[in-house]
Amino acid sequence: MSKLVQGYEVVIGFETHAQLSTQSKIFSRAPVAFGAEPNTQACAVDMALPGTLPVMNVGAVERAIEFGLAVNAHIAERSIFARKNYFYPDLPKGYQISQFEIPVVQGGEVSFFLEEGKETVRKTVRLERAHLEEDAGKSLHEDFIGQSGIDLNRAGTPLLEIVTQPDMRSSDEAVAYAKELHKIVTWVGICDGNMQEGSFRCDANVSVRKPGGPLGTRREIKNLNSFKFMQQAIDYEVRWQIDQIEDGHAIQQATVLFDPDTGETRAMRTKEDAADYRYFPDPDLPPLVIGRGWVERVKGEMAELPRVMAERFVKDYALPEYDATQLTQSKAVAAYFEATAKACGQPKLASNWIMGEVSRRLNASEMAIEQAPVSAAQLAAVITRIQDGTINNNAAKQIFDLLWAAGRILGEPLGADYVERAISEIDEIIEAKGLKQMNDTGELEKIIDEVLAANPKNVEEFKAGNTKALNGLVGPIMKASKGKANPGQVNALLMKKLG
Amino acid sequence: MSLTPQDIARIANLARLELQPDESERMLTQINGFFGIVEAMQAVDTTGIEPMAHPVAAIQDITLRLRPDVASEPNQRDLNQRSAPAVERGLFLVPKVIE
Amino acid sequence: MTTSNLHDMTVAELAQALKSKQVSAVEVATGFLARLGGNPHNTFLDIDSEVTLAQAQASDARLAAGTGGLLEGVPVAHKDVFVTRDFATTAGSKILTGYRSPFDATLVQKLGASAQGGAGMVSLGKLNCDEFAMGSSNENSAFGKVTNPWDTARVPGGSSGGSAAAVAARLTPAATGTDTGGSIRQPASFCGITGIKPTYGRASRYGMIAYASSLDQGGPMARNAEDCALLLSAMCGPDLDRDSTSLDVAAEDFTASLNQSLEGLRIGIPKEFFGEGLAADVRAAVDSALREYEKLGAKLVPISLPRTELSIPVYYIIAPAEASSNLSRFDGVKFGHRAKDYTDLVDMYKKTRAEGFGNEVKRRIMTGAYVLSHGYYDAYYLQAQKIRRMIADDFQRAFTECDVIAGPVAPSVAWKFGENANDPVADYLADIFTLPASLAGLPGMSLPAGFGAQGMPVGLQLIGNYFKEAQLLNAAHRLQQATDFHLQKPAGV
Repeated sequence: MSKLVQGYEVVIGFETHAQLSTQSKIFSRAPVAFGAEPNTQACAVDMALPGTLPVMNVGAVERAIEFGLAVNAHIAERSIFARKNYFYPDLPKGYQISQFEIPVVQGGEVSFFLEEGKETVRKTVRLERAHLEEDAGKSLHEDFIGQSGIDLNRAGTPLLEIVTQPDMRSSDEAVAYAKELHKIVTWVGICDGNMQEGSFRCDANVSVRKPGGPLGTRREIKNLNSFKFMQQAIDYEVRWQIDQIEDGHAIQQATVLFDPDTGETRAMRTKEDAADYRYFPDPDLPPLVIGRGWVERVKGEMAELPRVMAERFVKDYALPEYDATQLTQSKAVAAYFEATAKACGQPKLASNWIMGEVSRRLNASEMAIEQAPVSAAQLAAVITRIQDGTINNNAAKQIFDLLWAAGRILGEPLGADYVERAISEIDEIIEAKGLKQMNDTGELEKIIDEVLAANPKNVEEFKAGNTKALNGLVGPIMKASKGKANPGQVNALLMKKLG
Repeated sequence: MSLTPQDIARIANLARLELQPDESERMLTQINGFFGIVEAMQAVDTTGIEPMAHPVAAIQDITLRLRPDVASEPNQRDLNQRSAPAVERGLFLVPKVIE
Repeated sequence: MTTSNLHDMTVAELAQALKSKQVSAVEVATGFLARLGGNPHNTFLDIDSEVTLAQAQASDARLAAGTGGLLEGVPVAHKDVFVTRDFATTAGSKILTGYRSPFDATLVQKLGASAQGGAGMVSLGKLNCDEFAMGSSNENSAFGKVTNPWDTARVPGGSSGGSAAAVAARLTPAATGTDTGGSIRQPASFCGITGIKPTYGRASRYGMIAYASSLDQGGPMARNAEDCALLLSAMCGPDLDRDSTSLDVAAEDFTASLNQSLEGLRIGIPKEFFGEGLAADVRAAVDSALREYEKLGAKLVPISLPRTELSIPVYYIIAPAEASSNLSRFDGVKFGHRAKDYTDLVDMYKKTRAEGFGNEVKRRIMTGAYVLSHGYYDAYYLQAQKIRRMIADDFQRAFTECDVIAGPVAPSVAWKFGENANDPVADYLADIFTLPASLAGLPGMSLPAGFGAQGMPVGLQLIGNYFKEAQLLNAAHRLQQATDFHLQKPAGV
């Protein structure tokens, strides 16, 4: 049962436009780079000059196939391009070439983890479809008195429009879905995911209803270009709709824009006759046919998907599912983990260090793991020395701090000798700083005897049965050993002497 | 079936055509005249028939040809815009677009 | 050779004379340009003697160097729906007044400068036509009607009326045309010349301003089948990276088989083409042409194309639907006409298009937008596309019984101006014999078959199976070897 807002159930569906990372436009040979001088990347085809015709870019189709595979969808063997007819200055042909009745990607799903109170739950959002289409140009309203300037550089940029079922029940779920989808498209490498530049644009269809009641009328929030705004916009919209209904107003279907400054959504001046796009199959483009062989080939060449990799981490490294998911947030983190785990043979320790010490420092200095001043080999060396008892944890942390501050990274790629070099480097530091764990029983016993002699009171209390009194002894012993004593060994010896 | 003046107005707006009253009237008569000959088409039983997009599909499967993903178009902005009604700093100017 | 009779020479003869240096390309071009003074029959929409002569000089240089193309130096003129860099392009519409394309249509390239791999023809300019190729009388041009050289009170046919009239009046030895529902064949028939529309997808549509994308096909118009074969050989061939509907079918030398015997050729005669709608004078001329074929050894086989009449509604649903969308780009933003006074963006669109488009174009945009609008798509466009397949299948069935199909091009000879002015449907009905082959995407041609009432030319239509252009041209050429209809010319030419 999904949680309610003032007794209302929230229903959210997403439409995401992901710009595909091709070299050229979807139907022309013009480049797609962002931020060029106005209309310098719009060729005759993109400007819809008389006599021009579209020719399909194989790179866009290939990326659609990759996405379909990434979300376990059906790749249509035969899909159709259709014309969506409407007049708008940024739409040069007066129609957008899109897919209507038969899209290239059908079905599929996206699942992710979500914090609900204390526990983390797995959610799955069903996809309805993903289809190929061309992007429109841009209207610039500034500095042209009473007029708008039209830049068609973006016109014809390949888009994959990814449409979900209305499966989300809160802004948290919506944002989590959007983040997961963003992770998938960037991981697979079909989209650069740059939300500021509009490479990944989300529209949210939001409605509310009484539980069990019929679906409410939805309003579509357009162009949510940051996860933060996404949450704010949806929360505001939900409250607004509930207030309207509570005040006895019916919700009118509308397209709204979110204003980050006011934190409010406002209805757009609806495009006239938006309802009647007069779709029909584009006679300039025969059916798109994708053979099984092609799909198999793409599958073979595709990078391991995050969810697949996470499952492998659980299986091969015996990691908890939570660790595995955290470590597959990005390819770089996953690579850092695998390198460390392989080099030190201690996956769980590696996971703890990366999710703990490493990410804490990265977050503090707002760095990506690629910029981490400590290499996987160095981390592996540190872990190795903890494991073989050469150093204890707090010595390890000291060493890690030194490495982080020094920022000397051993060259990649990792090879056996890199690990060796890392280890000898760590050993030098241990030596220089004298952080070696004290495993010499004789020396330790000497210290212990001195401490026992110096603290008869604690000894008495302990013998009297007060186990706490032991701490009063361990502390001074560790101190006297300058923190190098092996805590386990200290306890063992104490027991022997006092037992 | 026959169209009403309202249909003509709706379609003229969809097609972004300003029609003078007399034009609309003539249009209505002529288009309805044409739909007279369309009736015959409605009667044809086409169950199970695939619509034909590319005519040669009548004898062979015609599928979409795909081009390599290469950006090879040079910047020809000035040439492409030489017949544009209103251009400023490389942008096409239009009456303000309100959103 | 005197340049006085240059204009009577065929493309083949001119090509030969130029190769053998009997005449220079500049002399030929100058001779034809001289005939264009006063723009006879209002056939041309743009002429630029500087451009033409520059092309001719380039041709002479290549001829001198012996590097000339197949048709080096021979003049040609292009229907104004083909975009051209060196001449204005209007498609016969006010909305494109003064438009200059940044590129040449593929067919213009293929016929043009041999330095760019073309056949080397010299362009005389752009030819008048019905606005956006919508019409069958050329009365729909925004730049005035073209008159028929055989009788200036009569229409030249359409939409390639300027092309047909210019060839008939010997203003150019050959011209390009486009055929969507008969726009090459019908004017060729009305003006007593020869024209062929190849299989859909055999000639590139790139740079041909789209009217109905799934039907438009360019082709040559000239005085005889041999000349058409010479031009068509240069025009066909795949345009793989510009036109997705262009078929990967190699170009062919259509002159190779012109002289093959017609012994045993089975000519299908569709009974639907000879109903009571057919004018007696046209029928008589067509019958006599068919008798000629029998003399040449061909067998006439009765066949049936049962959905011939349906092709009228089917075509007039599909073509306007595609046109309504194809013409949306003419909005006054990127090129061409923009209204002077308007209140806002939508008003700018509506006034620009209202001022820029003529009545027939508006009518087809309206019809097309209507049949595609919400709730009507299945009943009209989809239904039409299904019947279209049935029509194509009817032809395939017919071609099991015959090799080519023959019949009239139009129910009558060229009519008088204004006869159908206020009844567009009458014009639509007159397309009945050319529409079926267009809908099926089959190659079709028109060649002079004799003369009807008031001495107006009558055309014979030949329809072939897919990719059988060579067979059509062969059949046409053999008839022209045996008859002299194609040698007749209008009085005063």
